[in-house]
Amino acid sequence: MITGIPQSGAFKWTYRAYVALFFLFLALPLVTVCVFAFNDSVFPSLPWEGFTWAWFFGDEAPYIGVFHERPILRSIVTSGIVAFWVALLSVAVGTCNAFLFVRHDFPGKGILYILMLLPLIIPGIILGISILVFSSSVANTLEDATGLWFDGLRPGLILVVLGQFSFITTFATLVISARLQKFDPALEEAALNLGATRWGAVRAITLPFLYPAMGAAAVVAVLMSFENFNTTLMLVGSDAPLTITMFDRLKLGSTPVLNAVSLLLIVLSAVLGLVSLLMQRRGD
Amino acid sequence: MPVADRSKPTFYLLLAPLLLWLVTLIILPHVGMFIVSLREKVGVREYETSFANYAVFFNEPLYWNTFARTAYMSIAATVLTLLIGFPIAYYIAKLTRGRSKTTLFLMCLIPFWVSELVRTFGWMILLRETGIFSNLLQYVGLADAPVEMLYNDAAIMVGLVYTSMLFMVVPLVTTLDSLDDSLIEAGYDLGASGVAILREIVIPHAMPGIVSGCIVVFMLSLGNYLTPILLGGKDSLWFTGLIYSQFITRFNWELGSAFGFLLLALSSVIVFLGLKLTRQSLGKTMGQA
Repeated sequence: MITGIPQSGAFKWTYRAYVALFFLFLALPLVTVCVFAFNDSVFPSLPWEGFTWAWFFGDEAPYIGVFHERPILRSIVTSGIVAFWVALLSVAVGTCNAFLFVRHDFPGKGILYILMLLPLIIPGIILGISILVFSSSVANTLEDATGLWFDGLRPGLILVVLGQFSFITTFATLVISARLQKFDPALEEAALNLGATRWGAVRAITLPFLYPAMGAAAVVAVLMSFENFNTTLMLVGSDAPLTITMFDRLKLGSTPVLNAVSLLLIVLSAVLGLVSLLMQRRGD
Repeated sequence: MPVADRSKPTFYLLLAPLLLWLVTLIILPHVGMFIVSLREKVGVREYETSFANYAVFFNEPLYWNTFARTAYMSIAATVLTLLIGFPIAYYIAKLTRGRSKTTLFLMCLIPFWVSELVRTFGWMILLRETGIFSNLLQYVGLADAPVEMLYNDAAIMVGLVYTSMLFMVVPLVTTLDSLDDSLIEAGYDLGASGVAILREIVIPHAMPGIVSGCIVVFMLSLGNYLTPILLGGKDSLWFTGLIYSQFITRFNWELGSAFGFLLLALSSVIVFLGLKLTRQSLGKTMGQA
């Protein structure tokens, strides 16, 4: 905090009011979404018709709650499966990348590092269509050559996982690299002096040091996967993840069941986000 | 780092996943997309290499108007986000400390862990004709009939700024945090005005954060699909919407690929210019983001 600088009271209070307004602006849409999850009306809008739990537990049309909405429940499961594979793949590759970039010097390292960062600045929809075009042409070539079908290369969950993995890996790499850079190499040397093998030393000393960052990267990957829309939209097949299902409903104008789903998502993401922050801080 | 295992097998074992990922999911798909964009359909399953798809883009005013509109709306959203976010970042980094600093920072983060769809949905409830703002205006007597605030450019702008605020505030807080307070105090002691200090000390120091924030916000706005579709309504075209309709609705992958490549080229050129003008490097600004 900067002290000893004279500022007029009016300026100070205007500044504070601005900051307060800003946080109101941040909170407003989320609070609104949550509040209307409890409105006893079939539209997520005013007037307020009274409090109800129906959008969570209702089982009679039109009051069908989240927990009785088959399509939404199914898409949550789909999102979960996708998020699991994306997290697993991107943390695995991200960890390898971190070791490669932090510990090795080799020709072309600079170029590879820039290439590794590229997914951050490629719009998601472009990543989606380029993977769609490429996998389809590979599938066509293979099918022409062999006469077999290659469903995995057609829009569907495998492509969704690959599409999300293609850019989430960059985030995983950055999170894990940041932690690996703080590692004291003397610890590994000590293990080697005490007779450990290279791999033994990495497994016993370095990897446990990285676990918090790997955990944090996994949580970030799950969050990003769950909420990804642009890339998923281009690669989705018949099994739609939650964001796609919600988008289809939203376009048609749905009941406050969407508010109820959103409320659950807000709570879940806030909890996961905090968990990831705690994990990242634990070792620091 | 010298202590590392420099043996060849380990090195290749670590290099393999990186190359596999970059080549099969980033490089080849983009090369493939470019090749498809150069294919002109001349018959059933018959193609010729030409720039015909790009010619379609330049000959159809709707296409390049949408392209230009997407670009300048994204630039406007970036500038607005910077102007709104900078004082907030300065407040968090320089005018608070300890627990309140952490709390404010976390409060900035939480909305952005939430799905973009949910945030956009929130704005729809606020802005629509039967929404909160419309009712509020009628309640206080500023309007006698419901007001529709959705489906216009201002609504898109609100959505874009809201969606990307975090990506501006976080890098700004990080760079401003590293600015030594005594430099600002020294400026005051030497008689500089607030504006002069901002221009001579604070902004130059925060430049890497400003550039990285602007790049990310610009990219996110340019590539946004949800916000323009849901908040902008049917008439407000966004370039990603055109790409989507070429691919999914019309199944014209050749033209869609050309559009995709143009959007990629536009974003790359603007990011490149931004980095050159401010003498920053991609590795330096994005690596720490």
